[in-house]
Amino acid sequence: MAGEKKEHELIVSVSPHVKGEETVSRIMWSVSLALLPAFLMSLYYFGPGALFVTALCVITSVLAEYLYQKALEKKITVSDGSSFLTGLLLGMNLPPSLPFYIPIAGSFMAVVITKQLFGGLGYNIFNPALIGRAFLLITWPKAMTIWKEPTAIFVALDAKTTATPLGILKEEGIGKLLEAFGDKSNLYMQLLLGNRAGSVGETSVVALLLGAAFLLYRRYITWHIPLSFLGTVALIAWVFGGKGAFFTGDPVIHLLSGGLILGAFFMATDYVTCPSIRKGQIIFGIGCGAVTMLIRLKGGYPEGVMFAILIMNCFAPLIDRAVKTVPFGTVKK
Amino acid sequence: MDFTKLLELVVSASLINNFVFTRFLGLCIFFGVSKRMETAVGMSITFVSVMVISAAVSWLIFFGLMVPLDITFLRIVVFIGVVAALVQTADTIMKKTSPVLYHKLGIYLALITTNCIILAVPLINAGEGYSFIEALAFGLGSGLGFALALTIMASIREKLELADVPRPFRGLPIAFVVAGLIALAFTGFSGLITL
Repeated sequence: MAGEKKEHELIVSVSPHVKGEETVSRIMWSVSLALLPAFLMSLYYFGPGALFVTALCVITSVLAEYLYQKALEKKITVSDGSSFLTGLLLGMNLPPSLPFYIPIAGSFMAVVITKQLFGGLGYNIFNPALIGRAFLLITWPKAMTIWKEPTAIFVALDAKTTATPLGILKEEGIGKLLEAFGDKSNLYMQLLLGNRAGSVGETSVVALLLGAAFLLYRRYITWHIPLSFLGTVALIAWVFGGKGAFFTGDPVIHLLSGGLILGAFFMATDYVTCPSIRKGQIIFGIGCGAVTMLIRLKGGYPEGVMFAILIMNCFAPLIDRAVKTVPFGTVKK
Repeated sequence: MDFTKLLELVVSASLINNFVFTRFLGLCIFFGVSKRMETAVGMSITFVSVMVISAAVSWLIFFGLMVPLDITFLRIVVFIGVVAALVQTADTIMKKTSPVLYHKLGIYLALITTNCIILAVPLINAGEGYSFIEALAFGLGSGLGFALALTIMASIREKLELADVPRPFRGLPIAFVVAGLIALAFTGFSGLITL
């Protein structure tokens, strides 16, 4: 090659050399899009309150991230959508009628304490939105358990409050629940649609499953965590959920109520806070399901999904260590 | 012997009323040796053994000697003595059998003596009037709970070593934040078993 200079023939770069089109921000915005149907259903059932709470969470979360990064002179990463998604998930996990300062405190706890203090996206140990919610539940236990009755009319100013189906189930038993909803098939139907009291975005199972199907189709999430989570809940509900005898429980009510669908598909599957090895993810899902049912059936709270995911978040690094595959040929010391 | 009661004692002391996350006891060792998994596991094994043996020995001394002689008001002093003697034994054994771990644990091994959990367990055993087997179960549960807390914390802190934590929060401060958030998660267990 006598001095001949060929440009762009040999490019020296560090790996990875083959890049996919998926980026962090694309995944974050897609998950947010997947939550849209459930959010629209909540607007239909809970009206302006749902919009107010969710919008406030989103705005304050994004703002908190922006101000934090500005103050510490870090790169501003607001546009990657992760703080938007955190705010959206937090909002969808809150009751639809709250005074304005509660969502703001939750956003601060989620974005600044749980995520940014640990080094930002990718380093947080706990799911930010769930820590935000757990913090609010413990700080304002009264306000956080006032559930608005769904009205299906957009401007219902005189909203009534009521208990969530799981609350009724815990306090008064299944008889009262059936009385409130008529018969069993109607109960299932209303739970599927989301016509019941609960957090803003957790009620409409159909809309959530639609979003989850989109994420599964795009392979942003895999079946491992949701399936092992839901399977464990169904199994425990069936075996221990009944009154008196074993194997008389109703798994369908437990599957369709509370924040289970939202938690299993959208929050337990958070890449950062779940184990990264498939086998570990199944253990993680089973653990989430077991703790959820332990709290629902025996604990002091009617709903356990949030605490279950948070408790398993603590164990995620340990699970990852335990299931780490040993390279072929390694000699045991 | 009621087996369910024993199981409840172990589960309650280790998970639901975990000494570290719900009563915030034993924090100095908890933060001191949770930096590395290796020391955390070594400390866990030592801690559980010392805990169970000290629960047994102090139960025997309390109900066999102090109650008949009516000197129960001396229990704090006596229990500290029992624990100190046991820790010194563990210290000597470990120096001989595992010098590496002995040096890694350093001062914290001796500090087990003044650990709040290790003193709290004999005191609670005496106060609640547990039977010998129950006292053992409670000691085992508390020890396992501390071991669990230590291992979780070590795995999280090792993971955090790569994280870009703001400088004022590096090391101990962020560990306190982690402990607080774990405690927040563990409040979900509240009201599960009331003993």
